Amino acid sequence: MTVQARRDVFQAIADPTRRAIISLIASQSLNLNAIADNFDVSRPAISQHIKILTECGLIIIKQQGRERYCEAQLEPLAAVADWLAPFSSNWEYRFEQLDNLLTNMKKNKKTNKK
Amino acid sequence: MTQSKQLKVIAEPGKQELFVIRELDAPRELVFEAFINPTLLVQWLGPRNMKMKIDYFEGKSGGAYRYVHTDQNGNEYGFRGVIHEVLPPERAIQTFEFEGLLGKGYVSLDAAIFEALPGNRTRVTLHSVFRSVLDRDGKVAAGMERGISEGFSRLDELLAKK
Repeated sequence: MTVQARRDVFQAIADPTRRAIISLIASQSLNLNAIADNFDVSRPAISQHIKILTECGLIIIKQQGRERYCEAQLEPLAAVADWLAPFSSNWEYRFEQLDNLLTNMKKNKKTNKK
Repeated sequence: MTQSKQLKVIAEPGKQELFVIRELDAPRELVFEAFINPTLLVQWLGPRNMKMKIDYFEGKSGGAYRYVHTDQNGNEYGFRGVIHEVLPPERAIQTFEFEGLLGKGYVSLDAAIFEALPGNRTRVTLHSVFRSVLDRDGKVAAGMERGISEGFSRLDELLAKK
């Protein structure tokens, strides 16, 4: 189950608008209108992003009087603190292959010189 | 004698660029050769669990390239571009596009910079500039999804053992 939840967080933050929404409300809770005002995207699109963020636990909606406020929940993000990690891991693998290749190339050069 | 081979990836929020930086324990000429000679390139550029095949690769200014990564299920991922400049042993600049995306034009301009370091070592800086922040984040996220599925397959293996 935890793996599923983590995957959802990855999906949530894969989208730049959703990342921007999280950073916008990280310091203060805002209602939907106030959030939408910060983006050049339609209100329904923002609603959809907020729905996804709510579903993966990065936002909780709190009713305050007539208004519904979005509050950021940053704990799930700890799981993906380094969102570059898998991309980095791919390049780490390639460079390790390259290290091996270069070692062989250096050996060959030496034997050729002899 | 422990010298840094730590990989550095820089992708600042809201920017269209991406840096991948790594030091290598070999002289610059050799490292440059491994980047520009297709018979050498094919030996290291393929991602984990993929087979790399070079369709064509003309490692010279004005040249073009195409290569394909094939995964264990036979899915093919094609990449292509043109080579803008090859300046041994300092710099190579090319365009890069993944053919599998819907629509065209998600191309980046990739510069590989090779710096000679003391002790016959080399620092490689791969600098990619994308047409939009979304393109860049998409590229990083693509790695992310692969990373996740790799994580899942490792988890599957682990669970299968129990």
